[in-house]
Amino acid sequence: MGRLTEPVAVVARLLTVLVAGCAAPDTDVQETALTSMPTPTSSSDTMPDQFGFGRPATHEEIAAWDIDVMADGAGLPDGEGTAESGGPIYARQCAACHGTEGEGRTAAPLVGYEPESTPPFGPRYEAWRGEGDDVPFTVGNYWPYATTLYDYIYRAMPSSAPGSLEPDEVYSLVAWILAENAFITDDAVMNATTLPAVEMPAREIFVPQPLP
Amino acid sequence: MPRKITRRDLLTSAAGAVGAASITTSGAHAQTTDTTKRPGALAGERGTRSAHEQAIRRVSTARSSSQTPLQDLHGTITPSDLHFERHHAGIPTIDPDEYALLIHGMVDRPTILTLADLKRFPATSRICFVECSGNYLRDAGPETKPEQVCGRTSSTEWTGVSLATLLREVGAGPDATWLLAEGQDAAVMTRSVPMKKARDDAMVVYAQNGEALRPAQGYPARLLLPGWEGNSNVKWLRRIELADRPFMTREETSKYTDPLADGTARQFSFVFDARSIITSPAYPEVVEPGWVEIRGLAWSGRGAIAQVDISTDGGRSWQVAGLQGPVLPQAHIRFRYLWRWDGTASEIMSRAVDETGYVQPTRDALIAARGRRARGYHLNPITAWRIEPSGQVYYREERPWDG
Repeated sequence: MGRLTEPVAVVARLLTVLVAGCAAPDTDVQETALTSMPTPTSSSDTMPDQFGFGRPATHEEIAAWDIDVMADGAGLPDGEGTAESGGPIYARQCAACHGTEGEGRTAAPLVGYEPESTPPFGPRYEAWRGEGDDVPFTVGNYWPYATTLYDYIYRAMPSSAPGSLEPDEVYSLVAWILAENAFITDDAVMNATTLPAVEMPAREIFVPQPLP
Repeated sequence: MPRKITRRDLLTSAAGAVGAASITTSGAHAQTTDTTKRPGALAGERGTRSAHEQAIRRVSTARSSSQTPLQDLHGTITPSDLHFERHHAGIPTIDPDEYALLIHGMVDRPTILTLADLKRFPATSRICFVECSGNYLRDAGPETKPEQVCGRTSSTEWTGVSLATLLREVGAGPDATWLLAEGQDAAVMTRSVPMKKARDDAMVVYAQNGEALRPAQGYPARLLLPGWEGNSNVKWLRRIELADRPFMTREETSKYTDPLADGTARQFSFVFDARSIITSPAYPEVVEPGWVEIRGLAWSGRGAIAQVDISTDGGRSWQVAGLQGPVLPQAHIRFRYLWRWDGTASEIMSRAVDETGYVQPTRDALIAARGRRARGYHLNPITAWRIEPSGQVYYREERPWDG
């Protein structure tokens, strides 16, 4: 037991300091430090209007990345396509994942506008469905804007080679999906003017959350 | 006045420590290697976990997401390599020297910033959670761990530049009301963000827990929107475009929206409501009768957690849990409640309340509001653990959501 005495004494001193609160600063050194240096001024509220970091983006650089398409059609490029021209492209690029008729396989179903003019949920849907099977959420019953199809396909599809489709191909695929959902005819030409005008039944069901 | 520590106290505790050590050297529980009899490993350039610690993320079948092992963690900070991940087209490999962030649209000065440029701006740090919009396992069975219930939430310290600073730098137009954030991954992920949030507390971050972002977290830079659904915190951020209306991307129209029981669908529901989960005891733990500290996490995108209530009788009565400070807004908060389990069948659950007065709802209340066909987004129900007399803890099953 005797050899424990010394370590215990050290621990006891340390604990006494800790229990008494944090060790007090060395007053002599602190006073010296404060008197030998100029008083600091605040710098946190003197941000410049501009730091001048970075460099101007050129029109070409912006154009290369600015691929988004808005609901009113802003951003849609030149080009066009129909469901007829889209069929073969769909079969080649999309059917393996989305199904030959757009019914969905490993990827989401694209076709299905049942029940007509009613979203796939809510009181009217439940009344329509009765004891029948549920229908999936699709472009036909849950996509509010046709332009979003163009934006998404052009940027992200097909998933094995995203960004590889030309505008004419994308317009054709959009036309095929819209025609399969019976929103346009097979020979309707989709382009920067006609696509934003396609009315999507799901448009009316979306209510923006009041933003905080 | 702190209690004076007597020599007798110290001798008692020291003797106890010596006694425990003697068991390992000469008793029945002797370790195969006495670590006190040979020098240990030397210093290394990068630390590793003990070989005895096995905490790993739970990876989804399609490997497009992984979940934080909430039941294996302590405190509130998620280790960076255990932060949940979710990506729509894999994790891109980005050379930081080639990285560029373009800010354009309704700005005076369309600008390209390199990673080095971002790091020159005044830096700021904050601790906050990031949670996947879809983070609730509906219709789970009894053998379900906390990581499966809601492991797509993690809480870390993020460092970067305030987005408001960048917006001022490029001369953001006063008429801009929304911005588009776009990623550099193969999904070229896009979300519209209101300018109010962008100016309020949004950040472009390049570091997490003191080091560069991990690739799965958006290396070299991502958008951080404290308290807002994970999908809007766009990773691998390459472009910000200011506009006077939302962009209506796929992710904010046909995805990440909430069909409601009344037949409408809620859009731009960014903010996470308050939530909590008991992480211990939880499946697959087995507890013994006597003192059990109930531990868990609570968080709210709406602000700071104000209170966490605990029930040990299936929700009939509630008691207030202790909160580990500091209680930061939009961050995981650790709660604890000391409970004496009497060995009878019990159901334990937690309920979070945030500073806005929002109370974490029951599952039935959520079903009533969202409807039978609710999608997987923004679900934050109270969940419970069932303790059998044997001490085995199970997830308390619920009636089918769609039932």
